Amino acid sequence: MTKDKLSGLQDLALKVREHIIEMTAGGGCFIGASLSCVELMVYLYAEYLNIDSSNLQHPERDYLFLSKGHDVPALYGTLAELGFIEKARLKQHLLASDSIYWHPNRAIPGVEFHSGSLGHLPAVAAGVAMDCKLKGLQNRVVVITGDGELNEGSVWESLLVANAYGLNNLTILVDRNQFQANIRTEELIPLEPLVDKFTAFGCAVKRINGHDFDALEEAFLGIPFTSDRVNVIIADTVRGKGLPSIEARADRWFCAFSATEISQLLEELHGNKEARIESESLIVR
Amino acid sequence: MNYEELLLQTALSDERYIVMTAENRALVRSMPQKLGNRFIDTGITEQTMIGMAAGLALRGRIPVVHALAPFLTMRAFEFIRTDVGIAHLPVKLSGFIPGFLSDGNGPTHQAIEDVSIMRTIPGMEVYCPADEDDLLRMMPFVWQSPEPAYVRINHKKGSYTHAPYDPGKAEIISRGDDITILVYGFLFEQALIAKSLLEEKGLSVGLINLRSLKPVDTDAIIQAANQSHLLVTLEDHLQTGGLYSIVAEILLQHKHRSRVFPLALTERWFRPGLLSEVLEYEGFTANAIAEKVMLQLQMI
Repeated sequence: MTKDKLSGLQDLALKVREHIIEMTAGGGCFIGASLSCVELMVYLYAEYLNIDSSNLQHPERDYLFLSKGHDVPALYGTLAELGFIEKARLKQHLLASDSIYWHPNRAIPGVEFHSGSLGHLPAVAAGVAMDCKLKGLQNRVVVITGDGELNEGSVWESLLVANAYGLNNLTILVDRNQFQANIRTEELIPLEPLVDKFTAFGCAVKRINGHDFDALEEAFLGIPFTSDRVNVIIADTVRGKGLPSIEARADRWFCAFSATEISQLLEELHGNKEARIESESLIVR
Repeated sequence: MNYEELLLQTALSDERYIVMTAENRALVRSMPQKLGNRFIDTGITEQTMIGMAAGLALRGRIPVVHALAPFLTMRAFEFIRTDVGIAHLPVKLSGFIPGFLSDGNGPTHQAIEDVSIMRTIPGMEVYCPADEDDLLRMMPFVWQSPEPAYVRINHKKGSYTHAPYDPGKAEIISRGDDITILVYGFLFEQALIAKSLLEEKGLSVGLINLRSLKPVDTDAIIQAANQSHLLVTLEDHLQTGGLYSIVAEILLQHKHRSRVFPLALTERWFRPGLLSEVLEYEGFTANAIAEKVMLQLQMI
């Protein structure tokens, strides 16, 4: 990846993180899971996927399904930066007069499908991938799942079926930020060895650093990995990435911050001193 | 013509149709050869089948999906409600062996709450054909509708020749001043015989085949309530949430005081056995129905 391209993607990721931090105002959002997948979202929309605000009705465009749901501020931040929606709408987060809430809503341009109930979109995306195959089209279909989401049996069920039908136009991108909602995955329902599990279910698997744009590009440019298997990319990430004061903390899952905290967090994001967080985290969502 | 032939004809004439099954091929055995890759068997995966159907529908397809009614409506319920319901996609759900039709399978296979749970989903239509003739008259409308729909599949041959299907309308078999039996699905046949038995006793008996429970023909129900001394709701379904509940809701909405006698399953699964045994044991033969209705009439 050229230096200019890398720097453009990094700038975009920074702006998306700013949006996420600002969306902790007015009721809060799932900040931890949103910050962990920023590079995934930015790379996919800005580089890999053939999706833009003008081709949403085109039958041969690509698809990104957000199965883990909680990370929707990262998607909305990306969509706002790329012109799918007005940036001003992000401030209307949680107003009943707008359609932006805590989970993806397909009424928002660029959101392919609603989610929030975990373990649904691998199957929905497999249906989309199946239709593209039936029509002999080259659309690429990507699903971002959480790692906690992999507790759901329906994820594995859908992989069995998608592999049986050779859906190599389907890619599962796992945001492996090591956390369920409130606890580390390995302390609750251990997932490792995760590469082996996906491989055993018939998938072609790569594991990368999910904050490294070069690694993302190398992995995605290799898709399809095989002629007949679902592609899985396990992206190792850090919950709360970009804000050392909240990174990898179990209690920074859903957060509603004060205006002062938000301005301190924005400073922290840009490399200045760490924010002093006094608001209690809400872990009841 | 049977269900499979009608579906095949429909699918072959319109590329949008995809026939799916969660490895329940009873109704669609010839499809793999005749429909090619527009037949998709997902294996024993009701949830994945529904999720994929939603994805296919997002791309403009009309998936007609098949599974045993209890596994389709309950194992995959949240997928139906969330992926099909919230998105309001035209996925057509064919539930096999609902109600008493699961005969000897036992309670795991008894879909006797399917009407109740499917009708709670906003926008979901619920169809309950009385027999194969009724089914074949109804299905073209079900499949052509842009709405999501659940069909309580009943492909048993009956003796009655039904009227052409009129969407949203019940089939009025007869009107009666003493009693009107409101029925849907498989028990229609027993209701038809029970009607004759009651008429032999000199009673004026109405019989209405509801056909669809959502939308339901409110006018037909109110008209029967106005005319008849007693309404009977007859169903191979739990009393909660099925036709008795629907009729109660309608009468309450219309501030209508009417005597309604429910014949349904109450707070238990039915005794498994051959279909004739089930009807006998559970008291849903035409004779048993007529006797219970006579007793009820005498009590009022």
